[in-house]
Amino acid sequence: MSGINLRFLFLLAGLALSAFAADERKWKDLAVDGLHDPASLALPSLQNPRAALRPLPADSAGNQVNWVKTLREGHIKPRTNLLETTKVRVLDQDVIMTRTAEMPYVRFPHLAHTEWLDCGNCHEGLFKSKAGATPVNMLAILQGEYCGRCHGAVSFPLTECNRCHSVLKSSVVKKPAGNK
Amino acid sequence: MAVLMLTATAAFPEYGDVVLNKRAEKEGVAPVIFPHWFHRIRFRCKVCHSELGFEMRAGANEVTMAEIVQGKFCGACHNGEIAWATDNCRLCHSGKPGLTSRIHGSHETLGPGRW
Repeated sequence: MSGINLRFLFLLAGLALSAFAADERKWKDLAVDGLHDPASLALPSLQNPRAALRPLPADSAGNQVNWVKTLREGHIKPRTNLLETTKVRVLDQDVIMTRTAEMPYVRFPHLAHTEWLDCGNCHEGLFKSKAGATPVNMLAILQGEYCGRCHGAVSFPLTECNRCHSVLKSSVVKKPAGNK
Repeated sequence: MAVLMLTATAAFPEYGDVVLNKRAEKEGVAPVIFPHWFHRIRFRCKVCHSELGFEMRAGANEVTMAEIVQGKFCGACHNGEIAWATDNCRLCHSGKPGLTSRIHGSHETLGPGRW
């Protein structure tokens, strides 16, 4: 076989293999996670993260699971409430935050959040309902305030800038009301 | 040409794990490890953080065994009906000695801030 044919063959093989790229996500077993006592008699009864998380849609950060996708595609069916009297409120409303200095504007989707959280989890303690009334800033977020209460602790971490800063300034014709 | 990347595998706990050790070790039991991932598969955030009154801040909740047994906090489910009952001490009290109460976040960074 000529040299060119051989290289072409390898290229094809490489491309074919990459289509079946292995799932490279790794989770630590409880016995070696640095938190659980390896000598604990409970370990055989406790589930390791990999067993539950591997089948779920992948993500590159946090638990390495795309929880929003996981819920919407029906891979999990978490309960919305324990008590019958609880009002389950889901709101589909985007908030565009424009005080983002050089970064693209932030799009906050109520829908993805209210599928999981109750209105009272954020309002009015963390965020005022009135647009523009909460002095959100990135430094405070990094300190665990505002969005940082959850993002970086339970939901995707703050290394994922573009997931929030997703609205290019050039795409916005008119500044939303309530923002200076 | 293949480039071998040697990644250091430090002992990081699973993202979202909460250590509760305000009183546990002082009172002679292992610290509690609460895994968010296991619970969010079964319950939405609003159930614990709205219905059951858990504050979304590690260290902000005064959770005592007495209250749990009465059906508050963890005891709302860990009562033998929705989930295992409180006589299975070690299933919750499974932490190493000396753990600090906190939440473990930030998959790829060490996590600034008060987590």
